[in-house]
Amino acid sequence: RFVFRMFVMTKTKKTLAKPNVKNIVLVDGVRTPFLLSGTSYSDLMPHDLGRGALQGLLNRTGVPKEIVDHIIYGIVIQEVKTSNVAREAALGAGFSDKTPAHTVTMACISSNQAMTSAVGLIAAGQCDVVVAGGVEFMSDVPIRHSRKMRKTMLSLNKAKTLGQRLSLLGSIRMGHLMPELPAVAEFSTAESMGHSADRLAAAFGVTRVEQDEYALRSHRLAKKAQDEGLLSDIISFQVPGKNIISADNGIRPTSMEQMGKLKPAFVKPHGTVTAANSSFLTDGASAVLIMSEEKALALGYKPKAYLRDFVYVSQDPKDQLLLGPTYATPKVLEKSGLTMEDIDVFEFHEAFAGQIVANLKAMDSDWFAQNCMGRKSKVGVPPMEKFNTWGGSLSLGHPFAATGCRLVTTVAHRLQKEGGQYGVVAACAAGGQVFLPKYTYAQLARADTEYSRGATVQVFLVHSFGLFSVHVLCMKMTMCKSVQKHF
Amino acid sequence: MAGVRAVGILSRFATSKYSRLSGHGHRSLSMSSSLLARTYANYEIKDGVAVIRINDPNSKVNTLSKPLQAEMTEILEEIWGNSAVKGAVLISSKPGSFIAGADLNMIQACKSAEEVTTLSQEGQKMFDKIEKSPIPIVAAINGSCLGGGLEFAIACQYRLATKSKKTVLGTPEVMLGLLPGAGGTQRLPKMLGIPAAFDMMLTGRNIRPDKAKKMGLVHQLVDPLGPGLKSPEEATIQYLETVAIEAAKNLANKKLSVKKEKGLVQKLQDMVMGLPFVRKQIYNMVTKKVMGQTKGLYPAPLKIIECVQTGIEKGTTAGSLAESVNFGNLAMTSESLALRGLYHGQVACKKNNFGSPARDVKNLAVLGAGLMGAGIAQVTFDKSVRTILKDTTVEGLTRGQQQVYKGLNDKTKKKAITSFQRDTTMSFLTGQLDYRGFDQADMVIEAVFEDLNVKHKVIKEVEAVIPPHCIFATNTSALPIKEIAAASKRPEKVIGMHYFSPVDKMQLLEIITTDKTSKDTTASAVAVGLKQGKIIIVVGDGPGFYTTRCLAAMLAEAVRVLQEGVGPKKLDALTKGLGFPVGGAALADEVGIDVAAHVAEDLGKALGSRFGGGNVEVLKTMVQKGYKGRKSGKGCYVYEKKSKDKKVNPGVEEILKAYQLKPAPSVSGDEDVQYRLLSRFVNESVLCLQEGILPDPVQGDIGAVFGLGFPPCLGGPFRFVDSFGADKLVQKMHRYEEVYGNQFSPCQLLLDHAKDSNKRFHK
Repeated sequence: RFVFRMFVMTKTKKTLAKPNVKNIVLVDGVRTPFLLSGTSYSDLMPHDLGRGALQGLLNRTGVPKEIVDHIIYGIVIQEVKTSNVAREAALGAGFSDKTPAHTVTMACISSNQAMTSAVGLIAAGQCDVVVAGGVEFMSDVPIRHSRKMRKTMLSLNKAKTLGQRLSLLGSIRMGHLMPELPAVAEFSTAESMGHSADRLAAAFGVTRVEQDEYALRSHRLAKKAQDEGLLSDIISFQVPGKNIISADNGIRPTSMEQMGKLKPAFVKPHGTVTAANSSFLTDGASAVLIMSEEKALALGYKPKAYLRDFVYVSQDPKDQLLLGPTYATPKVLEKSGLTMEDIDVFEFHEAFAGQIVANLKAMDSDWFAQNCMGRKSKVGVPPMEKFNTWGGSLSLGHPFAATGCRLVTTVAHRLQKEGGQYGVVAACAAGGQVFLPKYTYAQLARADTEYSRGATVQVFLVHSFGLFSVHVLCMKMTMCKSVQKHF
Repeated sequence: MAGVRAVGILSRFATSKYSRLSGHGHRSLSMSSSLLARTYANYEIKDGVAVIRINDPNSKVNTLSKPLQAEMTEILEEIWGNSAVKGAVLISSKPGSFIAGADLNMIQACKSAEEVTTLSQEGQKMFDKIEKSPIPIVAAINGSCLGGGLEFAIACQYRLATKSKKTVLGTPEVMLGLLPGAGGTQRLPKMLGIPAAFDMMLTGRNIRPDKAKKMGLVHQLVDPLGPGLKSPEEATIQYLETVAIEAAKNLANKKLSVKKEKGLVQKLQDMVMGLPFVRKQIYNMVTKKVMGQTKGLYPAPLKIIECVQTGIEKGTTAGSLAESVNFGNLAMTSESLALRGLYHGQVACKKNNFGSPARDVKNLAVLGAGLMGAGIAQVTFDKSVRTILKDTTVEGLTRGQQQVYKGLNDKTKKKAITSFQRDTTMSFLTGQLDYRGFDQADMVIEAVFEDLNVKHKVIKEVEAVIPPHCIFATNTSALPIKEIAAASKRPEKVIGMHYFSPVDKMQLLEIITTDKTSKDTTASAVAVGLKQGKIIIVVGDGPGFYTTRCLAAMLAEAVRVLQEGVGPKKLDALTKGLGFPVGGAALADEVGIDVAAHVAEDLGKALGSRFGGGNVEVLKTMVQKGYKGRKSGKGCYVYEKKSKDKKVNPGVEEILKAYQLKPAPSVSGDEDVQYRLLSRFVNESVLCLQEGILPDPVQGDIGAVFGLGFPPCLGGPFRFVDSFGADKLVQKMHRYEEVYGNQFSPCQLLLDHAKDSNKRFHK
């Protein structure tokens, strides 16, 4: 039925260009292979991976370093030694030291924020060529001394006499030595993300089987894409002094039986979210090259897509933490005068299988649309044939701040491969900062393959701001192990 | 303070706003043909599990009533007779209530202790059957699970509870002067261990789901859900049901076991508890503690101890018998009647009888950041009402804001709220020195110094900046509202809101209307009070309104008693012996000697010699010497930090000597002193009703108990007259009248009741 619709649907060459605003294009995008944390990347630092992605982008695009006006990079879990990781990675990757670089953070949509910041700079006429990207390195996270210990140590710095120092040292107790781990719970709600996902799944009546089936689909599609060489955004990464990594290592298609054996990871004993139907802790980095259309053409590039529009939305972090895509998708479509039927490619970030299925059910629910979104009728469900067909965060991995660029590049590649015109990207992220209103963000981009195929292709990026954050660290580390054990 | 605590707890099972969703969803489910449509409970069989749903069609909460019990028995027989049923789930269709307790009217209707005992035995029988059920029964608890509801749940094989804010478990019977009479005193000690069971049954405290899981009261917790394909309430109930069905199936096929591996501590405790000697020590210790706290005025706690002891030492059969007999006897005691009356009274005082106000108060301003003002702000801004706290000095404002922050931060420390909730809540409060933002205020509550001129100045200043619809409420403990309103351009918008200190702990709010106050203004003040979580009485205007007037009469007598040579400690012992949570002298210190002096003088002027007795000069001299009560560190007692044992202030002893009176031996025995204090309080209450200051006896009882600590075991002044006998009281008063004069003249209404024993304040 769907194929039929594809044929009937006449592709209007709607231009989404806005008067007086420059057309902005995605020239190309790359990423390092995404690896389970604690595997081959484990001895690196975050900027090392960032360096790899940026260097890969330089090599692949051949962009002259001196014309890059600005570099924006995202990260969620900051390494304190490289707090402006954008600058450290850019310098290490051989970009010009004259190019300013800054770091952004917005939980799981940090690199989306990097890209939309780039779009803003170009639209405002400040820049013509911007590199955006993101990195996440979960093999190492900052574990701090306790607050009491930190206070004592800082006072020690200021102590003037030996007596003062000794009395400070004497004040240290056993309790001071307890390290402070990154929090498991969301700061605002004291609930872990996995817990929230489990409740969300229950609220939408998503069963364990549905979740396992979706996760399995993600792994199978990822494996297929990997085997067919479709994941062409990957650039090889040489681990210094060690081997060359050129493929993701988290893709493990297994069977429903095996997945069914896992115990729930968060809500015990009756929960449905398990290690196997959640995204795992991942190391990885990504980068994209964004330009104004005229600049790209002047430089002789064939851009991969137009980046057209975006929307951020935000909701209640307790009960709707992971529902951003449902809220943002119709918003960005309406903003650009399109409907769900116009979209050829959907790429949604898969935080949890339960979260994706819950979003799909929310989009299919009149009750939800009327009571929670203030709409007359339901949003409508993206057809699965167009949805994350090359795998997703569940299988490819989810280095928090690197996922956004992967999604955008994948949409561009899928549009080219499948001959589509419009694409939408949506992602949810955690919102630790604000209580009720929290941004969600949808980015509308237009992938334009006019240069290669003569057809206009558009990409919408839709990101919601919900999270996948720091706070789930410990939980997810254990999940990661259990994933390895069970597959 | 046991009394206060008991009363404090009493309030917590006030009916909350249970959603009007009763009867949703499940009704429309197609029932299989084998089922009869019943009124209070129904069941359907899902996947071999019988899901029994309770839903009282006539009430917002489910209660364990006779018809419910009858239907439940029928259903259980059907289920047990059906071999296809492998397990059962017991769940409520009401979002806020599992079973909130036994039906009190059922007990009220009984004429004799034997009848109540029979009720108890019927309950025991039903729950014994459930306990011995051949198939596992899972209680799925969402909302209040109290009293008989809890006893029902603990008879089941497995318990699940949602972590909803509305889910509370507990045995509040003791607060009604009763005991858990359907197996609770027998099952709880076995389930939780003796100490925990005693704690639960003797305090009657509400237990939150997390704690219940830790104690072993429930086996498994379920999270409440947000909106999904249904409303959060419906979704949560359905989720709970699904999880419960799964648990029932797993219990039936032995995948899930109820037995928990005991930890070392638990094993040790069990071993120690196995020694009869240790158990005896515990019974003695608990009895001593109860006697210390209740002064023997409340029989129920002692009977609870007795039932537990009988059950453990002589076996469950003897224990159950003791439970049912004691339950019957307790139900007939005047204490239980009084406490049950208070329960009904406070439910009635948590309603707005003046209709819904034309405008919702969304922005409120409090003038004066003193103890009172800050307290009022404290109970307001955390209900999502934007609150301005205004003072005239930076120091005053800072102190007030710190008080508010501390209140919220203490909740954070107790983990009742997260630090994030604390911070977002704080954003609803603005502290300031000027009138900025008052043009948006829907209500202003002033809590400035108790001086008519200051109040007049404030009302004029405020009326210059507030919008026309804004209500001006004045928090005063004695100044007549119409005198304050005299300075107002719009007296219909002026109302009295008398809060009690500390505002965040004291539950009463006395609202005072003048003959000019509009109905909408009253409705709005009541609505705000209810939002603040208060129990509200609405009284007429007059010197001292209702509460202050009664208290002043009693304090005047207390001063005389002190002058007659009864020391502050003895006075406190006598008043506490009546059941007051705080003694007379200590109460004066809490209120503030300066306030007491002020009030005594004002009321004396306004109401004449009836308010005589003690010499006002005693209080005035104390104030002059700086003995203003607890706030100044010295009053009747000396208040030192950390010192637990209060010492009598030697300065006060000197003053009392200077104003010494000769006691009249005929009316100065301990009991007479007690009745002198009590009768002046009670007479003034009855007079307030006679004069129309009080609208009805119920509000009189509630105001006295919740605002002034009138002995809860007596149920309030009006309940006391009913149970003690107006004639007996009048007799005593005449005796005192002969010695002291008109301070003890019974008012006409009291005389009427004394003449006709059929006249009662409470039906």
